[in-house]
Amino acid sequence: MAEVEETLKRIQSHKGVIGTMVVNAEGIPIRTTLDNSTTVQYAGLLHQLTVKAKSTVRDIDPQNDLTFLRIRSKKHEIMVAPDKEYLLIVIQNPCE
Amino acid sequence: MAPKRQKQKSSKRGKTKITLPVSEEAEPVNMESMGHPEIYPLVLTNKTQEIFNCRIDEDVTDEQPYKLIKKEDIFADFENRAAVSDFYPVKKIIQEYPGDELLLVYDKDFKYGLNFYLIGTEEGKENYLNPPEVPEEQEEYKEHIPEDIYIYKPPICKPWVSLGSEKEIEEELVKESTKEITYMISRKRSEFGAPVKFSDQNASSVKDAYIECTAYPDKNFTLKQLERDVGMQVVPKIKDTSTQTRWTYPKNATTQYYPREFSEEEKEALGQSKTLTEFLNNVSISVEIALQQNEIMNTFINDWKSLAEEEGTFGDKTDTHLKEYQSFTDLHNLTEKMITCVSWHPIIYGLIAVSVAVRLSFEERVHFSGKLLLQPSLILFWSFSDPIHPQIVMWDITAHADRIENIKADGSRSKNVTLKPMFLLEPESNKEAMYIRHCAVSSIENGHRKVITDIHWLPDTFEINRLGSVFENRSGISCQLVTCSADCTICFWDIRPQKALTPQPPTEKKKEESIEVPFDVPSTFLHLNLSWKPLSKVRLSKGETTLDHCPTKLSLSEDSLLYKAQDKMLAQSKATKAGEMNPYQNLEGGLGNHLKPIDDFCTKFFVGTEEGEVIYTDWKMERDPETGRFMTKKPVSLYTVHDGGVHTVQRSPFYKDIILTVGGWNVAIWKEGIMTGPLLQSSCAPKRYTSGHWSLTRPGVFYIGREDGYIDIWDLLEKTHEPAQSQNICITMITYIKPWTFSAKQQFIAIADYYGTLHILEIPWTLSRPSTSEVSSISHYFEREVKHLEYVEQRKKIREEEKKEMELEMEKKKVKTYQKSKEQLEAELKMDYESYLELEKDILIHLGLIKVKETMSYMEMI
Repeated sequence: MAEVEETLKRIQSHKGVIGTMVVNAEGIPIRTTLDNSTTVQYAGLLHQLTVKAKSTVRDIDPQNDLTFLRIRSKKHEIMVAPDKEYLLIVIQNPCE
Repeated sequence: MAPKRQKQKSSKRGKTKITLPVSEEAEPVNMESMGHPEIYPLVLTNKTQEIFNCRIDEDVTDEQPYKLIKKEDIFADFENRAAVSDFYPVKKIIQEYPGDELLLVYDKDFKYGLNFYLIGTEEGKENYLNPPEVPEEQEEYKEHIPEDIYIYKPPICKPWVSLGSEKEIEEELVKESTKEITYMISRKRSEFGAPVKFSDQNASSVKDAYIECTAYPDKNFTLKQLERDVGMQVVPKIKDTSTQTRWTYPKNATTQYYPREFSEEEKEALGQSKTLTEFLNNVSISVEIALQQNEIMNTFINDWKSLAEEEGTFGDKTDTHLKEYQSFTDLHNLTEKMITCVSWHPIIYGLIAVSVAVRLSFEERVHFSGKLLLQPSLILFWSFSDPIHPQIVMWDITAHADRIENIKADGSRSKNVTLKPMFLLEPESNKEAMYIRHCAVSSIENGHRKVITDIHWLPDTFEINRLGSVFENRSGISCQLVTCSADCTICFWDIRPQKALTPQPPTEKKKEESIEVPFDVPSTFLHLNLSWKPLSKVRLSKGETTLDHCPTKLSLSEDSLLYKAQDKMLAQSKATKAGEMNPYQNLEGGLGNHLKPIDDFCTKFFVGTEEGEVIYTDWKMERDPETGRFMTKKPVSLYTVHDGGVHTVQRSPFYKDIILTVGGWNVAIWKEGIMTGPLLQSSCAPKRYTSGHWSLTRPGVFYIGREDGYIDIWDLLEKTHEPAQSQNICITMITYIKPWTFSAKQQFIAIADYYGTLHILEIPWTLSRPSTSEVSSISHYFEREVKHLEYVEQRKKIREEEKKEMELEMEKKKVKTYQKSKEQLEAELKMDYESYLELEKDILIHLGLIKVKETMSYMEMI
C-alpha cells in the first residue's frame, strides 16, 4: 500500500502535473488527486477512448497491442497507461 | 316635303288610257305615245258608218281603208245626235281642224286599239295619203346618188316641231309638290331692347333638348384580324402537393444517471491488492519517461507564432498621446476652489464625482487647520452629457471623496467624518443642482482632532474588532472604515450600531433629540449622528520622542479570502433578505455575532507620512509585556525616501505586493516583504510631483502629475530612469489623477487641477492595451530588482569587509614607513642633490650659457 502511494506521489510531484488517477477496468476510479466530479468525467471518457484505441490497434494487427496513449491538447497533455485491469491517467501541463 | 315624282311614262306604257266622256274640257287622247300624235282612235257604230258612208267592207275596204269626211257633215251629226255621236270625243279636234275634210281611217287590225281612227292634222292626212311613195322614192333615190357627186347642203333652219320630248323634260323636272309655309316669329314689342339674361344649360339636363347620333360599332366596318404576332413562352407546370407522414413531434427526453463509484472500503481494499502494485510498477516507468519528455522540451511549440505580438490593434499605433475628451468646469459653485478628489461611478457610464475645497495656500491651510471652514465644500457630480452644469451637488463640509459601489463616505478637512449613503441617486439633468445633506457626523470629542487625510472602506470580506483581530464578515457588505489624520492616529470605524458597553448619560441623549434632522435625509444612520466613535485607534509613534508620525495615506493589503461557495451565497442571500434598499438596517455590532476569526490574515499596511517616510506597520494590538495593556506594535520598517509629503500610496492592480509611493520630487516602488529598500527609486524630477496613479490595464505603466500641469507617463518596460512621455494638460498644479476603464476600447483618465477644472482625457491604444506577456515581463523585472537589492546588500557587506581590510593595510603601511633610518635619509638627500646639479648643467648648456668642450660634444655625438 505504501508503495502505491509512494509511486503516485512521485508521479504527482513531477513538474507541471495537474492530476493523477487510477481507474479500474470498468472505468471506476480507485485513486485520484482531483475532485470527484472531474475524476468521474475523466475516468468515464478516457476509459471508453482507451478501449476504442486498443481495439483499433488490434484490428490492424492482431499481434499488436496498445501500450501508451497520449492526447495533446492546447492546454495540457493527458497520458493514459492501460493495463489488463487498471488504467493510469496523468494530466500534465507541459509548457509553463 | 320632298316632291314625289312619279314616272308617268311607265304607267302610260302599259296601257292606253281611255278618257271617259266626262266633260268637253277633257282632252282627247291621241296616239302621242306611239309616235303619232295626230291619230285619234275612234269607235264608229254601224249607224254612224251608214251616215258617213264608211261602212266596213263596203265603203272602206283593204284597198281603200280611208274615207274623207267633210267637216260639215260631222257638224250636222253633232247637231243631230249631240253627245251620242261617235265623233263627240274628238269634237275639239274637228272644230280646230283647219281643212274641210278629215281623214278617217279604218283600223282593221286594231292597231291603235279601236276600229277607226281619225287623223287630226292636215299634215298627217297628207302623210297618210302619200307616205308609201316617199320611202320608195328615197330608196330609189339612194341607189342613184352615190354615182353622182355629193353636194353639201347646209341645214336649213326649220321651226321646232315638238316630238314629245318636252313631256319627258317635264317629268324630270323637280317641282315643289307642296306649297311652302312661312312663319314669322317676333317678340313682344315691349321686350325689344330689354336686357337679356343668358344662361347656360346643360343639354342633357332637359329632356329632348338634343338629339344625338351615337356611334355604334357597325358590323360592316369591323375588321377581323386574322393574323397576329404573339410571343410564346414555355413554363413548367408547378404543382404543390403535400403529404403527411406519421412522424411525431420531437419531445424532450432526459435521462438521469450517476456514475458508479467505489465506497471507501472498496477503494482501500483495491489499493492494497497486489495487482495494483504490480501494475503501477510496470506502468510508472513509461509514464515518467513521458513526463520527463514534456519537461525537457515542448515539441509542439510553434516558434513563429510565439514571436508575433498580438495583432489587430485598434487605432493608430503611433498615437501615444492622451487625447482631450471633455473638461468640466462649474461656473456657479466654483470660485476660488480646487478639486481634491475625483471618483468615477463604477456602473453608470460617464458619471464622475468631484470634491472641491477652498483653494488655500499652505500657510493659510496651516492657519486654518484647527478651525472649521465657513465656506461650504461641495461634492459635484458630473456627467458626460452636460459639461457645464453638475448633476447633483452635495452640500457638505467635506473636501474629500471616496466611493465604493453605491456608498459614499466623506472625510473632512475638519474633525468630523460624515456618511452619506446614496440610495436615491438619480442623475437627471437638472439645471439647478440638487443639494443633499449628510446623514451622520462623527462625534466631535471622540473623532480625530485634526485634518483627516485619508479614508478607506475595509473590504467586505472581513471585519475587525476592537483589538484589531480580524474576523469573518458575514453580512457581505463593507461596513467598516479606516481613517488616518494629521493627529497621528489611524482610526477604525464601524457604521453599525454598537452594543453599548457603558450606559450613555441621559444628558447626551437629550442633546441628540434636540437636534433636528432635515426631512430629506434618510434615517439609516441616525444612531451614528454625532455619537460615532471609532472602533479602535492606532497611534503612530516614533518611539522615545514625543513627535509622532503624521500619516497622509494608507494602503491596506487586499487579500480576499477564499470563500467557500456556499458560505458566500448565504451571506448574499442574507443581505438581500435584509432588504435591498437598506442593507444597513439589520446590522448589528460585531460583538453580537459569533464570527469565525481568521488567523493568518496579514494585518500590516503601508503608511505614507507628511515627512516623506514610508512606514510598514501593523494595526493589530499586542500586549505590552511591561505594562500589560494593549499597545500598538512598532513599525516593521521605515524609510525616508521622499523629499516632501507622501501623497500617494497605492497598490498595483496587477500585483498584490507592489506599492507605488509618490511624494516630493520622486517616485518609489516597493515590494511588500522586502525590507531593505524600494525596488525602484527615481531621481529627482525638475518639478514637484503632486499626484500619481497606476494604470489600470498595463502593469508597467503609471501616471504622475506635476505641479506645472504636466503629466508624466512612466513605462517600466521602456525606461526606468525617467518618464517615457510627458504631456501638458493644464496650466496649474494637477491635484488628482484617476483613470477608469469603460470597455476594452475606451479608457479615460480624469485629471483634476488646482483651478477647479476636471479634464477627461482618452487614453490611446498603446497605453491601454498591454502587450502579450507584459505581466510576466514586469514581474520578472521586479524580481530582478529584488535580486539587485539583495546583491546590493551583499555587496554592502562585502564592501564593509573590504573596507576593513583596506584600513588594516593602510595602517600597516604607515607603520612600515615610520621605520626608515637616518643614514638612508641622508644618502637619499645627497643623491637628490647630485641629480639636481646634473640637471642644472644640462639646462645651462642648452641655453648656451656654458661652452661645451668640443671633444666632449663629439664623444656625445658618437
